[in-house]
Amino acid sequence: MIEAIGLTKRYGRTVAVDDLSFTVQPGQVTGFLGPNGAGKSTTMRMILGLDRPTAGRVLIDGKPYTDLNRPLRTVGALLDAKWVHPNRSARAHLSWLAKSNGLPKERVGQVLDAVGLTQVANKNAGGFSLGMSQRLGIAAALLGDPKVLLFDEPVNGLDPEGILWIRTFMQNLAAEGRTVLVSSHLLSEMALTASELVVIGRGKLITQTSTQEFIDRSTGNTVLVRSPQASKLGPLLVDKGFTVHDGTDGALSVSGATSDQVGDIAAANGVVLHELSTQRASLEEAFMQLTGDAVEYHAEIGK
Amino acid sequence: MTLLAVERIKLFSTRSPYWCSALALALGVGITAIFAAASDGPIPLGLTQIGSGQLAIAVVLVMAALAVTTEYRFQTIRATFLAVPNRTSALVAKTVVVAFIAALLGEIVAFGSWGVAKLISPESDLAINTAAEWRHVAGIGLIYAFGAVMAVAIGILVRQSAGAIAILLVWQMLAENLIGIIPKAGVKIQAWLPFMNASHFLSMGSDSPEQGGQGVDFKLSEWGSFGYFAGIAVALLVVALVVAKRRDA
Repeated sequence: MIEAIGLTKRYGRTVAVDDLSFTVQPGQVTGFLGPNGAGKSTTMRMILGLDRPTAGRVLIDGKPYTDLNRPLRTVGALLDAKWVHPNRSARAHLSWLAKSNGLPKERVGQVLDAVGLTQVANKNAGGFSLGMSQRLGIAAALLGDPKVLLFDEPVNGLDPEGILWIRTFMQNLAAEGRTVLVSSHLLSEMALTASELVVIGRGKLITQTSTQEFIDRSTGNTVLVRSPQASKLGPLLVDKGFTVHDGTDGALSVSGATSDQVGDIAAANGVVLHELSTQRASLEEAFMQLTGDAVEYHAEIGK
Repeated sequence: MTLLAVERIKLFSTRSPYWCSALALALGVGITAIFAAASDGPIPLGLTQIGSGQLAIAVVLVMAALAVTTEYRFQTIRATFLAVPNRTSALVAKTVVVAFIAALLGEIVAFGSWGVAKLISPESDLAINTAAEWRHVAGIGLIYAFGAVMAVAIGILVRQSAGAIAILLVWQMLAENLIGIIPKAGVKIQAWLPFMNASHFLSMGSDSPEQGGQGVDFKLSEWGSFGYFAGIAVALLVVALVVAKRRDA
C-alpha cells in the first residue's frame, strides 16, 4: 500500500505538488491521472525518495522509501526507460541492480525472459528502441519480485502491440495481489488499464474514485434534439432550467437533461421532433473539462 | 562490500575506464620513452616521472570525474539511489573503487615509465634506493588515488562532464602554476595549493629539478604535503556528499 499524506513540493515560487493525500491499495491497478505538468512525475519521485518533499510525507507499507532495507525487494519502479547507460548491456545493467540488493544472479535471466529481451541481453542498451528500453525498465522493476510497482507513463510512444503487452502485464501483476500505480495523461488509456483512479490537476487532488464512477460522472449527458420548430422549443427548455446551445444544422444541444425530459416537454407543447438522442462526451473532453481548471471544478462539485 | 562490487560492475561495464587507462599509460610511458630516446647521455630518475606526474594524472582526473558525471548524464544516478537509498554509502563506494583503480593505474604508469627508461637508456643510473626515490616513483599511485577522490567530488558537485573536466584540467594544469606569476604573494599562495603540494610530495628536492613546484617555499614536509593534498580531497568529498544527500536526485 502507498499512502501520501499532505505531500507538497515547491520549486521556488512554483508549487508542483500541493498538499496531496491519497492511498493506493494492493490487488488492483490504480491510475494516476493528470494532464502534463500536473505533478505526477514529481509525486512519483517523492514516493521513491529521489526528491525531498517540501512538506508532508509518503509511506510504502508504513515506511518511507529511504528506510526500506534492500528497497528493490519491496518496490519496483519504472520512471524513465532511458535511465540506462547507453554503452552498458541490458544484462550488465540488471546485474549491478541485482547485486546491489543481494538478489541472486538467476533473477537477471528470469526477468529478461519475462519481458522477452533474452535475445538482446548482451547488446548495449543505447541501441534499444523505445519499446525495448521500456521492457528493460520493466525487467529492472520486476528484479526484486516487489509487492509495490510504480510506472510513470509506461505506454508513451509505444506501438499498439507494446501498449497491449504492458496493459496486460500490469493487470496480471495486480491480479497477483501487488500494489500497482500507473501514471498517465490519457483517460482513455486509464479507462482500459486501471480500476481505481487518483486524479490530480495543478498539483492538487481532484478526486480519488473508481474508474467507472469517474467516467460516469465526468461524461455528463447531453441530449441532441432536432426539430423544425427549434426556435419555439429552445426557450421552453431554457424555462425548465436546462442549458441549451445551438448545434449544427439547426439542432439544439441540451445539457443536464435526459432524452425523456426533452421528449415530454416537446409533446406537451406540440413540438415536432425529427431527432432525439443522448450524446456522451468523449473521455478526452470530459477529462479536459475536469482538469483544465482545478479550482473551477472544486466549486462545481461543491454544490 | 556489496556496494564496492556494484560499483566495480558499473565501472567496468562501460568503455571510458578502459580508454582512459590506455591513454594514461600511453601518455605516461610514451613521454618517458621519447625523453629517454632523445637524450644523448644518461637520464636522471627525476626525468622518468614527468609524464606520469604531470600529464597522465590529468587523464586519471578525467576518468574519475566521468565515473560520476556520466551517471548524472544518463540518469543512472537515480537508478543507483533507488537501489541504494543511502546516497552517502553509494557514493563513498564509488569513490573507493575509482580511487583504488587510479592507485593501481598510477603504479603501473610509474613503474612502466621507469622500466621503459631503463630499457631504452641502459647506461642511466635509475636504481631506486633512497626513501625519496621510492616516494618519487611509487608515490604516483597515492597522488592518483587522492586526485581521483577530488575529481569524484567535483563531479558530484558539478554533475556534468564538460564542467567538471574543465574545472579539473584548468585547476591542475594551469591555475596553480599561473598563480606563481603574482609578484611576491604568488609563491606564498602556491605553498598551500593542493596540486603544488602533490608535486612537493613527489619531488626529490634538488635531485629532481624537472618536477614542478621549485622555488616555492613549502611549509610542510613531503609527507605533510601529501597529508594536506589528501585532506583537501577528502574535505571536498565530504562537502559533495552532504550536497548530494540534501538535493533532489
